[in-house]
Amino acid sequence: MKAFLILEDGTVFEGTHIGASKEIISEIVFNTSMAGYLEILTDPSYAGQAVCMTYPLIGNYGICRDDMESFKSWPDGFIVRELSRVPSNFRSDMTIQQFLDENGVPGIAGIDTRALTRILREKGTMNGMITTNEDYCLEDILPRLMKYTTGKVVEKATCPTKYTIAPTTALEQNGPLSGAARFDRAAYEREKRPALVKSLNGIGLKVALLDLGAKSNISRSLSERGCEVTVYSALTPASEIIADAPDGIMLSNGPGDPKECASVIAEIKKLYDTEIPIFAICLGHQLMALATGADTYKMKYGHRGGNHPVKDLSTGRVYISSQNHGYVVDTDKLDPSVAVPAFVNVNDGTNEGLSYTGKNIFTVQFHPEACSGPQDSGYLFDRFIDMMKGENENA
Amino acid sequence: MPKNPNVKRVMVIGSGPIVIGQAAEFDYAGTQACRSLKEEGVEVILVNSNPATIMTDKDIADKVYVEPLTVRVLEQIIEKEKPDSILPTLGGQAGLNLGMELEESGFLKAHNVTLLGTTAQTIRNAEGRQEFKDLMERIGEPCAASLVVESVEDGVAFTNTIGYPVVLRPAYTLGGSGGGIAHNQAELEEILENGLRLSRVGQVLVERCIAGWKEIEYEVMRDSMGNCITVCNMENIDPVGVHTGDSIVVAPSQTLSDKEYQMLRTSALKIINELQITGGCNVQFALHPTSFEYCVIEVNPRVSRSSALASKATGYPIAKVAAKIALGFTLDEIKNAITHKTYASFEPTLDYCVVKIPRLPFDKFITAKRTLTTQMKATGEVMSICNNFEGALMKAIRSLEQHVDCLLSYDFSALSVDELKERLKKVDDQRIYVIAEAIRKGMDYDTIHELTQIDVWFIDKIAILVEMEQALKEGPLTVELLREAKRIEFPDNVISRLTGVPEEEIKKLRYDNGIVAVYKMVDTCAAEFAASTPYYYSVFGGECEARRTEGRKKVLVLGSGPIRIGQGIEFDYCSVHATWAFSKAGYETIIINNNPETVSTDFDIADKLYFEPLTPEDVESIVNIEHPDGAVVQFGGQTAIKLTESLMKMGVPILGTKAEDVDAAEDRELFDRILEQTKIPRAAGGTVYTAEEAKEVANRLGYPVLVRPSYVLGGQGMQIAISDAEIEEFMEIINRIAQDHPILVDKYLMGKEVEVDAVCDGTDILIPGIMEHIERTGVHSGDSISVYPAPTIGDAVKEKIADYTARLARALHVKGLINIQFIAIGEEVYVIEVNPRSSRTVPYISKVTGIPIVDLATEVIIGRTIRELGYIPGLQPEAEYYAVKMPVFSFEKIRGAEISLGPEMKSTGECLGIAKDFNEALYKAFLGAGVNLPKHKNIIITVKDADKHEVIEIGRRFEKLGYTIYATKSTAAALNEAGVKARKVNKISQESPTVMDLILGHKIDLVIDTPTQGRDKSRDGFLIRRIAIETGVNCITAMDTAKALVTSLENASKRLTLVDVAQL
Repeated sequence: MKAFLILEDGTVFEGTHIGASKEIISEIVFNTSMAGYLEILTDPSYAGQAVCMTYPLIGNYGICRDDMESFKSWPDGFIVRELSRVPSNFRSDMTIQQFLDENGVPGIAGIDTRALTRILREKGTMNGMITTNEDYCLEDILPRLMKYTTGKVVEKATCPTKYTIAPTTALEQNGPLSGAARFDRAAYEREKRPALVKSLNGIGLKVALLDLGAKSNISRSLSERGCEVTVYSALTPASEIIADAPDGIMLSNGPGDPKECASVIAEIKKLYDTEIPIFAICLGHQLMALATGADTYKMKYGHRGGNHPVKDLSTGRVYISSQNHGYVVDTDKLDPSVAVPAFVNVNDGTNEGLSYTGKNIFTVQFHPEACSGPQDSGYLFDRFIDMMKGENENA
Repeated sequence: MPKNPNVKRVMVIGSGPIVIGQAAEFDYAGTQACRSLKEEGVEVILVNSNPATIMTDKDIADKVYVEPLTVRVLEQIIEKEKPDSILPTLGGQAGLNLGMELEESGFLKAHNVTLLGTTAQTIRNAEGRQEFKDLMERIGEPCAASLVVESVEDGVAFTNTIGYPVVLRPAYTLGGSGGGIAHNQAELEEILENGLRLSRVGQVLVERCIAGWKEIEYEVMRDSMGNCITVCNMENIDPVGVHTGDSIVVAPSQTLSDKEYQMLRTSALKIINELQITGGCNVQFALHPTSFEYCVIEVNPRVSRSSALASKATGYPIAKVAAKIALGFTLDEIKNAITHKTYASFEPTLDYCVVKIPRLPFDKFITAKRTLTTQMKATGEVMSICNNFEGALMKAIRSLEQHVDCLLSYDFSALSVDELKERLKKVDDQRIYVIAEAIRKGMDYDTIHELTQIDVWFIDKIAILVEMEQALKEGPLTVELLREAKRIEFPDNVISRLTGVPEEEIKKLRYDNGIVAVYKMVDTCAAEFAASTPYYYSVFGGECEARRTEGRKKVLVLGSGPIRIGQGIEFDYCSVHATWAFSKAGYETIIINNNPETVSTDFDIADKLYFEPLTPEDVESIVNIEHPDGAVVQFGGQTAIKLTESLMKMGVPILGTKAEDVDAAEDRELFDRILEQTKIPRAAGGTVYTAEEAKEVANRLGYPVLVRPSYVLGGQGMQIAISDAEIEEFMEIINRIAQDHPILVDKYLMGKEVEVDAVCDGTDILIPGIMEHIERTGVHSGDSISVYPAPTIGDAVKEKIADYTARLARALHVKGLINIQFIAIGEEVYVIEVNPRSSRTVPYISKVTGIPIVDLATEVIIGRTIRELGYIPGLQPEAEYYAVKMPVFSFEKIRGAEISLGPEMKSTGECLGIAKDFNEALYKAFLGAGVNLPKHKNIIITVKDADKHEVIEIGRRFEKLGYTIYATKSTAAALNEAGVKARKVNKISQESPTVMDLILGHKIDLVIDTPTQGRDKSRDGFLIRRIAIETGVNCITAMDTAKALVTSLENASKRLTLVDVAQL
């Protein structure tokens, strides 16, 4: 079946319909990762957006349910050049076509995704419609596209109630051996050498994770280091979290415009006022900035991919990071007595992280939990653990 | 960290002559790195024995030494030039080993020279087998477990700890005989017992078998701050067991989930960090196909063939960045030269798919085994880019120039399903075609996967191509079907063959419906940032990013495609120089080429680069966009010449020598007319199509005769026939490939072979020099030792040669380059062959005479005259230096290949010896080619009867040098009779000790073996030559070469004089 992608500026792409049969209006963004489409589809930060994959061959290794970053798919739509008809991976549970159907995600394939990316790059992120209606009427559609906003998506993406994830108590439990042994029993038997996670340095620590639309690997990264993670809904009052007396608070990633989260920001300000160590990622990072008087703005087309270099200003080291954000903290309006830049994007110089003056708080714009993307900055979870243990004041 | 101010003078070591496994990629990397160093104001002292490279140009380096790559020579250069640092990581394994030797001997330290890039300890850790294994174990990265055992019991016990299957490799047996793969204890015991018995030292290596696992590579960069990035990952379609250089490779990986991708990426970064590499590095992994188990196969702490491929696949200039890192810069300080917006610390991301296919030399070595193993055999490779895998594969296939254009190009339709199954188990260069046939016959994916271990995803892609073949065969050819066929890159001629619709009609149908190629940019960032470097690939459907730029005149430079025997790096040298010369003259330059290893496909050589197959259809699609003012074909070898007619049909003017004149040189009858008209003699001959006709001509001329197809390079299929039977054999081989042109049969003349390259402006001619071959006629010019200036030819003959050259160039209306080969017999000169185009000898003669003939030819093509360019026409005065070009072979890499020299070219590369004294130049040339004598002072001589007389003198001279001579029965008799002491050894078929035992005893320096005629593989001579080559013994098969070698040894001086060719 034919499908159409209609952009706010009137551009129309004709392709083939994929996934669920429904018409959607959404914000169209592109992601430059070459692998990890399932992690992207299940990343709650994409709520309210339709994602275009710039890599043209998608679905090659099917769907490996173990790799889902949340329980369902979040983007409103999925835009690809080509879906593989045969998935090939030993863990694959189903095809991507089945997954899109099952999750009710409509999409379009067979379009010139590079041309679409170039338009978004030049004109900035735009709203668009994916439809199979061949008799679409631009005059009717364009005003509807202009009106669309992602809205209060955090409320949709957060968990309804609080729950706790048990910590790992022995390295073997989460297979913290070499890459192979993490997953393969025979390899596990053969080689008993720790690799990815070197120690259970978080044992005994309780972390409160404020779920703003969190990817699973944030809690996994903490629990596999031995932390007990309690996940709270974004709507939880700060007092409730503080009353549970966690050793540290983690603010997760999440979707949408940070300024839509006025009530959450107010609660985060209360968390800031405590002495509890806080580590925040992506939306959490933006909300902490807003809560403490800084500002955010919308980028022309954001950063979405797994190849952005960020520089740790405390060491001068550069790490390749996983990124997914359309908004960024405005460093021009930063009060150095509150917070100073801790990370910067090497390409465009935008802010990638803040260190809060006189506080045990540090926040990053990128994704140390990776999934999809490089694992280079996973050390930040260790830094957070050190901070909770009081070993690394004002990191 | 900014640039290290202490680095001012850097010595760069090149990789030497092109051999299999170490090819043009190092010229590309070296050239890019040298330019990058010079950009930073560093003085570059370059050493490379290979004259056919761009890196040895005086524009690239400040001092250029085309000298043998030995420790002694490098030490001398260091003493003379006093560099403060040395960069050894650009010259392949050869360069790295030399750098290490210099470091380990303490020479560098004594001369205050710093090893740049990676430290010696790092190199030792990465290269030393045991060191590497220990390091990997220490950091928890798995290697394939292995143990050397001396008993069956130990082998079984060890295998029980690592699991079946295991590979068994007996120590010290020839060609790994006695080894194998054991899947269970019974097999293990059997193979192990046998292997222990066969091994000279009673040892067998037991190793966990990873054959059939996925082979994945990562290209990694690291700076001195410890910042790391991966440039690219690549997946081999052929699983572990085939050398990555011989595998079809795709970038990025296609069948890895993000978990696997990141697991291996993290491991690669961990390894490069642990090794403390500064610069580029390649990490190869084996990944278990049904688990996350992996092991590290190998790490190369230097730029490599894979890094060249990764650079071209992503647009990320690895060598350039590595050079900057060596100077002390960090990744976040180096600007990305493609986007000018991002930095070198940005990981490239692709929005297309890249396929590389190796170019294997089995068309040259027809006796060789086609089996692909862990020993690389490919001489070159092609790369293609498309936004789907099927299309990229199709484009790569037709880039190979091996008479293939789709998956039907090798016909296996006669094989039954069972036969196909057997064939699929064989790992060779035709496997994808066999898979296609298996799919056509209905074999299911799982069966094919089981037999080949190739991932089902790739098998499905081949199936998609097969389905399209069927759909086209069944028809009708609708617009929609055509659109889909073009999307996956079926060329029009294949569609025409399958549908029966004429090609012209298909083209019209395409144009009428807007089914045309559009061009996308390689920009390192999947369009996230605007890129400023026009590096394009085609796809069907979508937006076209390539635009014709107005203003300057435009010239299309057609590249030379994959490197193969007969068409090597020289033609890339010519293409690049022509491009630069056109650019200097104000032209906009557009290069089309498909070879990822070359300088010409670097992103900043031409104004625009189209990474595309060099077929008429692919070129026409580019012409339709660029509308060039002209095209040059004379620099790109036969690949470019072949496109002449098609370009003219497209209305693109051919710049320089006209197409009809090129034809006149190739077409026998037209050429005979020109010879008549210019009164130049040649060997008598005739043109034939069949064996009958060939025999008739041969008998008329009298044997021996030369038989060869027309329009070929490197003497492909050329043979000297001495009988009707041989004519039949050779004609059958030639006619295995349909011949568009007649076959030539010429009387074989024996004399001195002489070669000239010249520039002609239509009136005047400039001959930089005359080159003489050491081997008599009958040995291909590319395999001969070539000497400039001609040492044994008199002035009268030289004048005659200059005169003939001028006459021929004028008669052929040459504008640009011409290459002519002559035979001189006494005072008589006969013409053998005329090529109105660039040749293999162009780079070498340019360098030794200091006359930039490609630049001059380009100026002439544009319309200037030789006189205007400041040269006096005619034969130029001889240089003060002798330059000896020595062919270099890769026989040890190709099992079963006949190594004796003949009219068909077999060498893969060349090196140069340059000195004021002829004998020193000769010695240097042999040294550069790896003939480093003496070692044991033992030599074996076995020659055919016709050479017995000549060999006496050679034997006497070796005896005088203190060599002990061993000879087979009749050769020994001949030598002893003449008073040269020779010990008789038994032939292989006779009782031990035989000549074979002698060679295997590793005490022999040299084998001189002249073959009897014919290609009989079973003969003793063939075996002797193969064994010599495989045990690393120098082997000479022509009397003239032997004479030259003994001359050079007689004159071996301890201290060589060094020549900076940049000053010539």
